[in-house]
Amino acid sequence: MPKLVSHPDEVKIVTRRFGQGAANIDKYIELGGYDSAKKCLAQGPDWIINEMKASNLRGRGGAGFPTGMKWSFVPKQSPKAKYVLVNGDESEPGTCKDHLIFLHDPHAVIEGTIIAGLAIGSKLGFIYLRGEYRYLLEIMEKAVADAYAKGFLGKNIFGSDTEFQIITQSGAGAYEVGEESALMESLEGKRGVPRIKPPFPAVVGLYGGPTVINNAETIATVPHVIAMGGEAYAAVGSPRNGGTRLFGVSGHVERPGVYELPMGYNLKKIVYDVAGGVRGGRKLKAVVPGGSSTPVLLPEEIESLGMDFDQVGKAGSMLGSGGVVVIDDQTCIVEFALRTISFYQHESCGWCIPCREGTDWLKKSLTRFHAGFGTAKDIDNIQYLAENMMGRTFCPLGDAAAMPTLGFVKKFRKEFEDHLNGKLCPFAKHTELAVV
Amino acid sequence: MSSETMTIFSPKVAARFDALVQKYPVKRSALVPMLLYAQDEVGYLSDAVIADVAARIGITELEVRNVATYYSMLRFKPAGKFNVQVCTNISCMLRGAYDLFDRFQDELGVGHKGVTPDGVFSLEEVECIGACCWAPAIQVNYDFHDDLTPDQVPAILDTYRGKAKAEGTAAHA
Amino acid sequence: MADVTITVDGKKLTAPAGALLIDVCRKAGIEIPAFCYYPGLSLQAACRMCVVRQEKVPKLQTACTTTVAEGQVFITDSPEITQARKATIELLLGNHPLDCPVCDAGGECELQDMTFKYGAGESLYAEAKQHREEQQWSPAVFYDRPRCILCYRCIRMCGEGMDVWALGVQNRGASAVIAPNGGDRLDCEQCGMCIDVCPVGALTSGSYRYKTRPWEMNHVSTVCTHCADGCKVTLGVRQSNDGSAIVRADNRDKSGINGDFLCAKGRFGFDFVENPERLSKPLVRNAAGKLEPATWEHALRVAAARLKEVRDSRGGSAIGVIGSNVTTNEENYLLQKFARAVLQTNNIDHERTTDYSAFAHALAGHTGRSASLREIAAAPAILLIGGNPTEEHPLLAWELRTNVRLNRARLYIANTAEIKLERQAKAVLRLSANGYTHLPAYLGGSDAAIANTAFREALLAEESLVVIFGQEYRGAPVEELVQWGVNRPNVRFAFLGDLANSRGAADMGLLPSLLPGYVPVTTPGAFAAEYSGMPTAPGKTHPEMLAAAANGQLGALFIVGANPVSSLRSDPAQLKGTFVIVQDIFLTETAALADVVFPAASLYEKTGTITNTYGDVQLVKKGADRAGTKPDFEILVRLAGAMGVDVKALVPFGKTGMTADLGQSRGAQAGEADRHAVWLAARGLEPKLSPFDPLAALDEIERLVPAYKLDRPNLFGGNDATTDPGFVPVSALSGPDLVTPTHNGLFTSGTLGYYSDSLKDLQRHQTPARAETAAD
Repeated sequence: MPKLVSHPDEVKIVTRRFGQGAANIDKYIELGGYDSAKKCLAQGPDWIINEMKASNLRGRGGAGFPTGMKWSFVPKQSPKAKYVLVNGDESEPGTCKDHLIFLHDPHAVIEGTIIAGLAIGSKLGFIYLRGEYRYLLEIMEKAVADAYAKGFLGKNIFGSDTEFQIITQSGAGAYEVGEESALMESLEGKRGVPRIKPPFPAVVGLYGGPTVINNAETIATVPHVIAMGGEAYAAVGSPRNGGTRLFGVSGHVERPGVYELPMGYNLKKIVYDVAGGVRGGRKLKAVVPGGSSTPVLLPEEIESLGMDFDQVGKAGSMLGSGGVVVIDDQTCIVEFALRTISFYQHESCGWCIPCREGTDWLKKSLTRFHAGFGTAKDIDNIQYLAENMMGRTFCPLGDAAAMPTLGFVKKFRKEFEDHLNGKLCPFAKHTELAVV
Repeated sequence: MSSETMTIFSPKVAARFDALVQKYPVKRSALVPMLLYAQDEVGYLSDAVIADVAARIGITELEVRNVATYYSMLRFKPAGKFNVQVCTNISCMLRGAYDLFDRFQDELGVGHKGVTPDGVFSLEEVECIGACCWAPAIQVNYDFHDDLTPDQVPAILDTYRGKAKAEGTAAHA
Repeated sequence: MADVTITVDGKKLTAPAGALLIDVCRKAGIEIPAFCYYPGLSLQAACRMCVVRQEKVPKLQTACTTTVAEGQVFITDSPEITQARKATIELLLGNHPLDCPVCDAGGECELQDMTFKYGAGESLYAEAKQHREEQQWSPAVFYDRPRCILCYRCIRMCGEGMDVWALGVQNRGASAVIAPNGGDRLDCEQCGMCIDVCPVGALTSGSYRYKTRPWEMNHVSTVCTHCADGCKVTLGVRQSNDGSAIVRADNRDKSGINGDFLCAKGRFGFDFVENPERLSKPLVRNAAGKLEPATWEHALRVAAARLKEVRDSRGGSAIGVIGSNVTTNEENYLLQKFARAVLQTNNIDHERTTDYSAFAHALAGHTGRSASLREIAAAPAILLIGGNPTEEHPLLAWELRTNVRLNRARLYIANTAEIKLERQAKAVLRLSANGYTHLPAYLGGSDAAIANTAFREALLAEESLVVIFGQEYRGAPVEELVQWGVNRPNVRFAFLGDLANSRGAADMGLLPSLLPGYVPVTTPGAFAAEYSGMPTAPGKTHPEMLAAAANGQLGALFIVGANPVSSLRSDPAQLKGTFVIVQDIFLTETAALADVVFPAASLYEKTGTITNTYGDVQLVKKGADRAGTKPDFEILVRLAGAMGVDVKALVPFGKTGMTADLGQSRGAQAGEADRHAVWLAARGLEPKLSPFDPLAALDEIERLVPAYKLDRPNLFGGNDATTDPGFVPVSALSGPDLVTPTHNGLFTSGTLGYYSDSLKDLQRHQTPARAETAAD
């Protein structure tokens, strides 16, 4: 059972009901659950979207698109059915926040889905969980069944004339399916390959109907936004970055875990204060701020860095999924880069050339390089390859592989050079990965 | 094809599939979960499984294979009764996942994607399983085990060995 | 859509709003490279080669998915774009084998061309390339995985284009592979379209692979010799010991009525020309009763003497002539003229596969009612009655599918059996066994025999309609059906026949009662100037000729490219008392009984025109050359000459008075002279110095057959020229319905198929697959 952690600086909004048995529907109701959905049912779509816009809630999947605006793009009238799609394909390395939401507060996901459905005029929502989360899928299935039993889902939700149904869905192992259009493909029973955009899902999405796709954390936040009021939620965070964020701190820290902190909270404090500092008294080498696709930051870069979309962006990285990975000074960056790129190579869908070939090439080069068979030219080649993947791929996965690679090569070039001339990696033990 | 007469699945799973294809606005949406459930029962996606699923969804076997081969949890060869999946992605790696994986290799005597001769275990190095803050973590089939050290490996394996024995005995009784 | 103006590389371009930028640029001559983009197929945006810079857009955009809108500004050529394309090629070359020297595609490879252009000349890749063994999926299709760049053209062509869906993509990322539907084999229509669209050498053809280098071939555009759809086909020919050999057939320039399309027969079924059993010497039956090789002079002398003798002693009615479905219009025309004017007999016929004379009779006087294939391809609504185009008219099936897919045409199908094209149909009318005869009445509003008013109402609501009907119709029902249509506005017709020039055989008067253009032989004064001394009573049909031979009433039987002994299942003994002359490319059952056999050139070895079943006339050009054979046209002229006929009366050659060879001998090697000749021919100025030049006969055909008012520049430019049976004289007769459809399928083609190892291999490959399905 994943350990729950806590810190005085936390502002518990989304995690408010964690650890209180809220997977039980009666407990959830007792803790104020489903009040927001009822309120939304009474207030209607325009009100909901205004509240969402006022909240400055931005997508928690990583791209940070304003949720209220996303919902407002869905046409009011549509000849085709509209859908809500909850993205619980949480797969970005360093990220496990949705894991806890499904475990501790499944009804918040259901309630958020209902609200999204009311906002856009949809009658059917899907909650898609990655295939590995089978036990969480079972929790969600139970929660959905309970919500049906209470009349919160179905033809007449909360005794109204409004219909809303939810279907839970399992993936089967594919990071790429976390991309919204690939998610729709997967849900339609196809290979998880992204679609050409435009048209965007809000116009032509699942089964060709207008579709809103939100990350599970975003959706689970929605009932709280409604409960608090959009402006009150926005006030918790930093400018243009409403509310709190679930930061999953992992790696070399004393107290890894998922912490709910206000947007804009200082990264250095997250590492040294909230998560208890670098494990075993070692020194900090680098921090990956938002999941493995975000460029690495050096200790000096996190000093006064506030964790919101805009500030981390300005620092040359991304807030991403909020997965903070802390790396100590005994870690080989080349190995870390190799492991990162191996992931993207494994997960590239193969659709477009720059990503398919680029990730494969990067992995092979880094493997050889890490094993001590690299040349000085390889460092330039790795950088050249990554630069030529950036912005050229069909979907963001190519960037997700190229961005961190560029970060590692540029910021730790010296460490790459230390691997040259037949010298073995000064840190890692696993040099037998070599395929040369 | 009528699912009652031709199916290779247990009545329970067959019934589940009958419901699954009715559940979605479009039948084909049942495909990915159906493949996973089929694998849970049969152990892997055999040719017979693919043919059966194709008939249920009403698509060609080629289409089923196109989709099935895309998803990394789906396999086309039998795995062990308990498939040990060790995450070695960054968060787990930083907290000793490779040592953990080595220990599993030593204890089981098989490598990545290997199956023990008794068929009880298979071992796999996998990508991030979404347990980064409780690293290093593994999954045995769908069960998570987190915050592990290599020393815990024998005990974990013993637990599952016991389960295999109990189920084996039950099956023989 | 309204036109918009965009700026590309500083040039103002006008295009319909919403058009794809890549198409707009290419039309304007601005090159945009692409591997995955293929006109007419769904968009992929996967290869990232077509990236361009759009003003005010942060990232490079793919031209294949960018739709044009007013005022957009694009750059398609800049150091940034060149670098992006170069990097993409470098990435591809990372694992792409550089086995270009032995690769079939070497010299015709889009990846090679792009590498040449963008100069990814330095290899940055130090790892060993991933090798996988080449796989053979069928006799026709081989797959070389490492060469594959995953552009998905083959998958889309097979699925969207062919509606076969036999190819898929499996695994993901760098392990992704193209996979066939049968696991390790391909169960499909074997059309080879996947090979055709492959931009590299990943998919190669069983018949062409490792045979030659592309630059060793000459490319000759001609027309396929198999079914009656008349696909333009480009023959790749190369010098051989016996002349010049065909090593490949494809649709290289995509300019014909078939555009991209070619089926298995067109692509692989050319190898009959190389069959070792091919006749290459004239044969004459010796005193011992055995056929033995003879010189052309001797064989011609023997045949001519005998024909002359029978004509002069017993009259023309004692001679029978049977023509072919795969010889050219000029040859057919000349054959019947030879029969009528020289042999003085109307005993001239061919093995009819379709009742074209009934069709012509029905349409006579109604111009603009015949549908060309191009009209079918663009028709908003089509009614297909009977037939199974997927098997017997692959090009028609392709055009119908494409029209439905890209233009949202509405296809209505009426058939007694379920056919594959129903997948594209808007509505299907299932007919009972004799439903075809009831259909004209049903269309006319009668519910007596067929009760399905919805289908009829949908049809009648169409503003225009092309009605395509199959060989189920012959005789009176053809007229009834056509009558229904000519009474309505905007209804056009097409009639499905079997063989490459079946339509031309009928149009050219290989019929005992009809002259060219379906003019009854009884018409007073018809063709009198050209056909002096022609009898005016109808002659015998070909079964009647055989019967007459059996009765000893036929002194001589002259057979060109037909095999009545096999097709009529005649007893060989019936021909015992008749002097039989056969012109053919193989020693058929009939030829084996002949007294004189002339080795003829195949359709791929001669020049002329042929007419497909839709009445489209196309130019046949000499591609291959087989030593020892002669085109049927030349044999006929020589035979007439040997009989002492004034050849100039038979073939009006040499009329323009030119004195120099300006390239009229169109051959595989003709270059500049050939183009010059095309220019002359298109304007009717070619010298026609030789009596062996079929175009001299074409002049006479155009003069005497009003339906053949051909658009010559179009025809000689390699396009199809339409004919209109509406110009058939209203006095036209409907012949007796002596029709025997061959129903050749995807891999059969009568005698030609019998001698094609490629087609036989494909048939064998298909058989077990079909058996399995049946047993299931």
